[in-house]
Amino acid sequence: MAKRTPLEVSVAVAEAAKMADVDVVAAYPITPQTHIVETLAEMVANGELNANYIPVESEHSAMSACLGSSATGARTFTSSAGQGLELMHETLYIGPSSRLPMVMSVCNRALSGPLSVWGDHSDAMAVRDTGWIQVFVENGQQAFDHILWAFRVSEDHQVLFPVMVHHDGFHLTHVIEPITLPEQEEVDRFLPKPRYPYALHPDNPVSMGCYAPPFIYSEIKRAQDEAFRSPEVKQSILKAWEDFGNIFGRYYMPVEAYRTEGAKVLLVTMGSFSETAMVAVDNKRDEGKDVGIIRLRLWRPFPYEEVRDLVKDADIVLVLDRCISPGAQAPVYSEIRSCLYQEENRPQVFSFTGGLGGRDIVVDDFEQMIDKGFEMLQNGSEKEFEIIGVRE
Amino acid sequence: MSNGSLGWRDIKPGAVVTEPGSAAAYKTGDWRSLRPIWDHTRCVKCGMCELFCPEGCVFQNDEGYFEADLSYCKGCGICARECWTGAITMVEEEE
Repeated sequence: MAKRTPLEVSVAVAEAAKMADVDVVAAYPITPQTHIVETLAEMVANGELNANYIPVESEHSAMSACLGSSATGARTFTSSAGQGLELMHETLYIGPSSRLPMVMSVCNRALSGPLSVWGDHSDAMAVRDTGWIQVFVENGQQAFDHILWAFRVSEDHQVLFPVMVHHDGFHLTHVIEPITLPEQEEVDRFLPKPRYPYALHPDNPVSMGCYAPPFIYSEIKRAQDEAFRSPEVKQSILKAWEDFGNIFGRYYMPVEAYRTEGAKVLLVTMGSFSETAMVAVDNKRDEGKDVGIIRLRLWRPFPYEEVRDLVKDADIVLVLDRCISPGAQAPVYSEIRSCLYQEENRPQVFSFTGGLGGRDIVVDDFEQMIDKGFEMLQNGSEKEFEIIGVRE
Repeated sequence: MSNGSLGWRDIKPGAVVTEPGSAAAYKTGDWRSLRPIWDHTRCVKCGMCELFCPEGCVFQNDEGYFEADLSYCKGCGICARECWTGAITMVEEEE
């Protein structure tokens, strides 16, 4: 029987990697990810986890080691955050283009400057176009679950793309939550080890990461993109969530709706703040306001159809970004708005940016956003975006 | 290889190359702007040029002298730099 136990979310993530029976962990510690890799290093040192822990000298080396490890067919895990993820940046593109499966938990952290170790989504948005499958989770249980899910998707022969599981730094990594840990037998059933079909082996030599002159680069990138946005990848993502639900009893979807029935005003959130927003929605529903939330779980490949389907009856869509795009529209807002632009009955889409560098957005703040939404419903709005929770 | 006939559907997953030695199909000599010329009156056939060529494209001919396979010679000039008798000079490639 699965048991429910209080665990720091970072420890739960490490526990998930352990239960996934990873073969190689190459990671460099960085706040707020440190406890994950510390715990894994300890598990390996204590002989609880039969894996090769590579203590690298930087995140750039961590990803390079992971690429090599994945190429041999080893189940590979890493974790990073903020500046570390940025130091890894150039090597992040190699996994997707070389179709190397691996899983990384990203403990979202604001990027310098000014220096901040606290959470927001600027690190996630900086790696948006690296070609990784990316999901955002909202609580510790989801963080645990999605490490297992990510291995299942990443290693599927129809997929073979690396997967990032984003979870908010501190708001998730450093809190203790009740986590339901499954039985090892259940995990093994959900997560067999498929053999990586192109693993490096002397009997079957291949060259990886070859130089691509102009006459072939475009074809390779097209092939990568076609594979990434293929129905096979989408089906694998959905099937992995379905099978996960059937074994563990928790079901997930690319975009999840909360109290959206008859909602004229919809909030769009991503990550741990969604749970706070749900409380605000409950309060506003009690006041008789027709408001709901769309929680974006799958970020790449972007779930266009699901988003369109869920917002089709709304008049106002309020998108919350935890990242600033200087001189342009906030990233999630921009994506949602462009996703809806071709629709015949498109709602008005408004951009809120907040929760930067660890700043909280509390229930009151969400209620004020919702109030603004209803005000727009009445009177329209001249503005298109607002940074919330900033002192004048 | 460099005929550019492959479409995106022909690309293997991860763009791996499965044909061994296929790098030979890429004629790096196209890059060259300088060409090495051997002066046989100075050459002592020591073979330093062959040893130092990073492309591995310098070879010894039937007479024992050395020359570069211009399909691969990038014109880097390392052979000329290393030749201790000064037998190799780099000359501009003309159109």
